Amino acid sequence: MNFFRADLHIHTVLSPCGDLEMSPVNIVSEATMKGLDIIGITDHNTTRHCELINKLAAEKGIFVMQGAEVTTKEEVHCLAFFENTDALKKFQEFLDHNLPEIMNDPAKFGYQVQVDENDNVVYEEKKLLINAISKSFEETEAFTHSMNGIFIPAHINRKKNSIYSQLGLLPGNLNADALEVSKATTPEQFASIHPEINGFPLIRNSDAHWPGDIGTAFTVFFLKKPSFAEIRLALKGDNGRKIIVE
Amino acid sequence: MKITDILTELDLKIISGHKGLSNEITGGYVSDLLSDVIGNAKEGQVWITLQTHQNIIAVGSLKDISAIIIVKGFVPETATIEKSNIENIPLLSTELDTFNITGRLFELLQKE
Repeated sequence: MNFFRADLHIHTVLSPCGDLEMSPVNIVSEATMKGLDIIGITDHNTTRHCELINKLAAEKGIFVMQGAEVTTKEEVHCLAFFENTDALKKFQEFLDHNLPEIMNDPAKFGYQVQVDENDNVVYEEKKLLINAISKSFEETEAFTHSMNGIFIPAHINRKKNSIYSQLGLLPGNLNADALEVSKATTPEQFASIHPEINGFPLIRNSDAHWPGDIGTAFTVFFLKKPSFAEIRLALKGDNGRKIIVE
Repeated sequence: MKITDILTELDLKIISGHKGLSNEITGGYVSDLLSDVIGNAKEGQVWITLQTHQNIIAVGSLKDISAIIIVKGFVPETATIEKSNIENIPLLSTELDTFNITGRLFELLQKE
């Protein structure tokens, strides 16, 4: 088994707040430069850039966790990851269906474009992706798990769009595969103020919105090889797999 | 003033938590961020929110809220209703939005 560096929270140019430089090609080249072995692609309420990044990253030997950063009805941000194209497609349908018909104004919120490997725009998302979907935190979790996905409430230490800011405290029946903290803290620090999170695996990611941010926070996974199943095992701490946050 | 005294006046529907209807009202608080309610709401206040998640009952109980008014006719989750009955915190519903129901409650409490 070996150690693999993973930054599982990266936005692309498709997120309105994602820098225009966050094209699939640039993300993969930056991740390569930073020595990352695993990257998570998590645009706001869309998975549409995952497929291309997955393809480009594979050529460089980087494993991609494909998913999205969902904004639930309560405006809690959650990472959801899926193992295969079929599940990812079904999740995209879930997002499309539950995102309100409110259009983006690129001048106010930023462009929401999907680009190809030559940085040509191939699709523009018209609906405002930073809106909340109409499904609750629990409904989003249940749907993610019904697609055999991995569900991780994002940046729980933040004062906005976190499980704590929106919902005050951890829901008693929380069914999460891990919890994420941002660069602003460490798992140990956060757990010392919130002992109730003990028992949940804690990961730390960059939440990168521009290339320089990629890999500025990461989690080390101890795995046989980078794969969805191995990462799930590591989050559970099963069969000698584990995670380490430095 | 008790919760029972504002029901008719504000045209509130009782969803659950009937055992708390005789709670005394000390004032009101308006917020949709539960972390803010934990930090700032005071005992006996009526809390007006659009959130329907079960944690509103946990927070309401923690802060000894007299009742929670859910705005715009939003329907709370089953777990929220169940917890409201356990904690005896009335869940009340209005078709009005936050601005309008808050104005009416404020006016009513001023009359006291």
